[in-house]
Amino acid sequence: MTQLAMPPLDTAVLARRDEIVGALRRIVPDGVIDSEVGMRPYESDGLTAYRQPPMVVVLPETVDQVAAVLSWCHGEGVKVVPRGAGTSLSGGALPLGDGVLMSMMRFNRVKRIDFENRVAVVEPGVTNLGITRAVEHRGFYYAPDPSSQIACSIGGNVAENSGGVHCLKYGLTTNNVLGVEMVLITGEIVCLGGAHLDSGGYDLLALVVGSEGLLGVVTEVTVRILRAPETARAVLVAFDSSEAAGACVADIIAAGIIPGGMEMMDKPAIHAAEDFVHAGYPREAEALLIVELDGPAVEVDHLLERVEAIARSRGAFECRVSNSDAERMAFWAGRKAAFPAVGRISPDYYCMDGTIPRKELPTVLRRMTELSGKYGLRVANVFHAGDGNLHPLILYDANVPGELERAEDFGSDILRLCVEVGGVLTGEHGVGVEKRDLMPTMFDETDLAHQIRVKCAFDEKHLLNPGKVFPELHRCAELGRMHVSGGRVPFPDIPRF
Amino acid sequence: MAGEGTLSPTTPDGVLAAVQAAVADRAPLIVRGRGTKDGLGHAVASNRVLDLSGLTGVTLYEPEELVLSALAGTPMAEIEALLDANGQELAFEPPMRHLIWGLEDAGTIGGAVMVNAAGPRRVKAGAARDHVLGMKAVSGRGEAFKAGGRVVKNVTGYDLSKGLAGSFGTLAVATEITVKVLPKAETTATLVLHGLSDRDAVAALAEAMGAPVEAAGAAHLPAGVATALDLTEAATVVRLEGVEPSVAARFERLATILRPRGRITRLEAAESAALWRALRDGLLFSQDRLLPLWRVSVAPTAGPSVAEAAQAAAVAYDWAGGLVWLAMDPAEPDAGAARIRAAVKAAGGGHATLMRGSDALRAAVPVFEPEMPSVAALTGRLRHQFDPLGVLNPGRMGAGR
Repeated sequence: MTQLAMPPLDTAVLARRDEIVGALRRIVPDGVIDSEVGMRPYESDGLTAYRQPPMVVVLPETVDQVAAVLSWCHGEGVKVVPRGAGTSLSGGALPLGDGVLMSMMRFNRVKRIDFENRVAVVEPGVTNLGITRAVEHRGFYYAPDPSSQIACSIGGNVAENSGGVHCLKYGLTTNNVLGVEMVLITGEIVCLGGAHLDSGGYDLLALVVGSEGLLGVVTEVTVRILRAPETARAVLVAFDSSEAAGACVADIIAAGIIPGGMEMMDKPAIHAAEDFVHAGYPREAEALLIVELDGPAVEVDHLLERVEAIARSRGAFECRVSNSDAERMAFWAGRKAAFPAVGRISPDYYCMDGTIPRKELPTVLRRMTELSGKYGLRVANVFHAGDGNLHPLILYDANVPGELERAEDFGSDILRLCVEVGGVLTGEHGVGVEKRDLMPTMFDETDLAHQIRVKCAFDEKHLLNPGKVFPELHRCAELGRMHVSGGRVPFPDIPRF
Repeated sequence: MAGEGTLSPTTPDGVLAAVQAAVADRAPLIVRGRGTKDGLGHAVASNRVLDLSGLTGVTLYEPEELVLSALAGTPMAEIEALLDANGQELAFEPPMRHLIWGLEDAGTIGGAVMVNAAGPRRVKAGAARDHVLGMKAVSGRGEAFKAGGRVVKNVTGYDLSKGLAGSFGTLAVATEITVKVLPKAETTATLVLHGLSDRDAVAALAEAMGAPVEAAGAAHLPAGVATALDLTEAATVVRLEGVEPSVAARFERLATILRPRGRITRLEAAESAALWRALRDGLLFSQDRLLPLWRVSVAPTAGPSVAEAAQAAAVAYDWAGGLVWLAMDPAEPDAGAARIRAAVKAAGGGHATLMRGSDALRAAVPVFEPEMPSVAALTGRLRHQFDPLGVLNPGRMGAGR
């Protein structure tokens, strides 16, 4: 594990641990875990390089319990880290040694489905796929589909503004959530949005979605459900250069076509996937595109013809159109298994998540190859080509001294490169602890101060999930006096909380 | 009075200087683009106007990347023309003529985003907030900052540019806005169901929205307002957009589903476009501009009950019934505010905004939906964080925001 600066442990709080556990037990009698063994599953989330046992775990079951726990912690100055299913890839749910870890996984009911108004009201612990499961008997679904959808919770999706392969056409979580009920750190319950559209005042919901558990604990979510498209077909397109594949993507969009999904893989990723699931990918391809069209059959067929023509004009040497759902799923099998496939060819891998303007793809891939040489580590790329979201997988071996650190430095260089070409540090995995210290490469001190001002309006004492997202915490009253210059945190070696 | 007059910066730095001067003088600013939304919101007690109509220019447009950036005062008409020349559009369909106030001007990109504009396509494509990717702005602290970026997929920090959409310039003055743009549909057609009651119409629209036809608009015009479009009876309309064979197939599918509900006709592309343009721009309520006008957002099936409770002079429904336009009798002192808001609450929640009303009415009635106390307190704290001295449009959205 690499060193990560976190807020210094509050020894006064740690000294009161028994009292704190007792107070939580009075509020949630059957939902407090304080044994070392019992707390072990909560030590990390999907970013397993970082581990930290919490001070205590609480699993509330009712909104009143959530409010009472938060209100008590607020009054006593105790930090709280909210947690959903624990699938975050950026350490958003990493516990604090002097903090209460609040798991929301007992909030697991689908409360109301309203097909006429096309909304579902669910508790935050319901899984992303669980929503679709609850409405699919009537032909409906919930559109955002992060690859962890079988396990990740909708509460976590709200915290991270999760995406998925279909968000080019159907939007991210923020475009598909209509309302939340949430509890502030003070214990106040606020309701934002609902079955209606938009806000009559400030769009606080827009700030809450993607806030990584720093603004409140969500206790209910209202999502928009959609009628599932009648059909979907995919075409697998092989190119002998990533430039040609990138140009094909640009041409498809320039032709006015917004596919349901449009994914790209580079040669290392193609080989890893093919060796793993034998999806039938052409091994000689330098770049592979999967383009999926959905809608009425007549539309899908019509657009597939156009996509094929565009691909041929860009020099595709193979275009394979799916003729059945089984074949379509086979196309996707390799892409969806890309991460475990890479896991087979390397002891460890580190998954990055930058977004770039699509046209910069050839430049970024070329520079990434140079970096790969510099760090002596291999990299495989999968890419949500439609929206420019890049997932480089850096291959390393944690048992070789120094390789993890090298992988992390390589990753940081890739993200800096994304920002340099006009992109961003994270497209869908969140900042968490992982990209926290890179925030100044994208935002200057005033930019960050305005984001922290939102935090100050919701949680002035910085008790909810501190140490995540922002590289420095400042008392809200002192915000005018932040000093970060030239995109670097000054004196990077000193503790900063 | 100190600080009177109009400041007309033509650069973001000029905006920064103007806000810093307002902070230094403790002199509130009326933030204004082309003035097309002067009729919306409460009056701001100030004589100092920050006029952004000279802060113009498209700074980035890459059609194949589906992205456009423009300085906040850039006219919407200019942006629409540029996008149109490339077969693209702003999919949230902001009004291009503000006919409810008798204005032919479409205003500015800053104005459209700061009121979170949304047209009939809201049901499919979202509102302005769903299309904002990034923003440069000056907060009420006199500090310039940026938020978001130029790419669609971005979760780097809070989504501040979305949060600022719809804040009516009370948190920050936008200087440059980056939005997602999308290809225009190749063709469009509208299915018209004739002669339905409001309740039957909203039930039909629910069925249409729940069918796999990707409706890109779902409205109901009761007989009273349908005459503005030369229709003789109530019209329930569903818009389909896309490539020709797809629109044809979906029209047939939808017609099969809805045929038991009434007589069906079809509007072809040109007629269809004219109808939705009229709905988008508020043509239905452009005749008697003395009538106070409410825009109410509720769950779609709640629309008719809110309309009944309102006892309005004229009603129209958009967003499958979830957006209710209510023109009220001008003789009523509160324009039905209490009745309408009680009905919204009884229907499960939502919001009613007074879009049009005399100065006296807007002084007497909260223009924006009053918030629950915990939300109002949060709103107040956010406002204080961004504009502690209250120099940006103070009171425009009501006391405390």
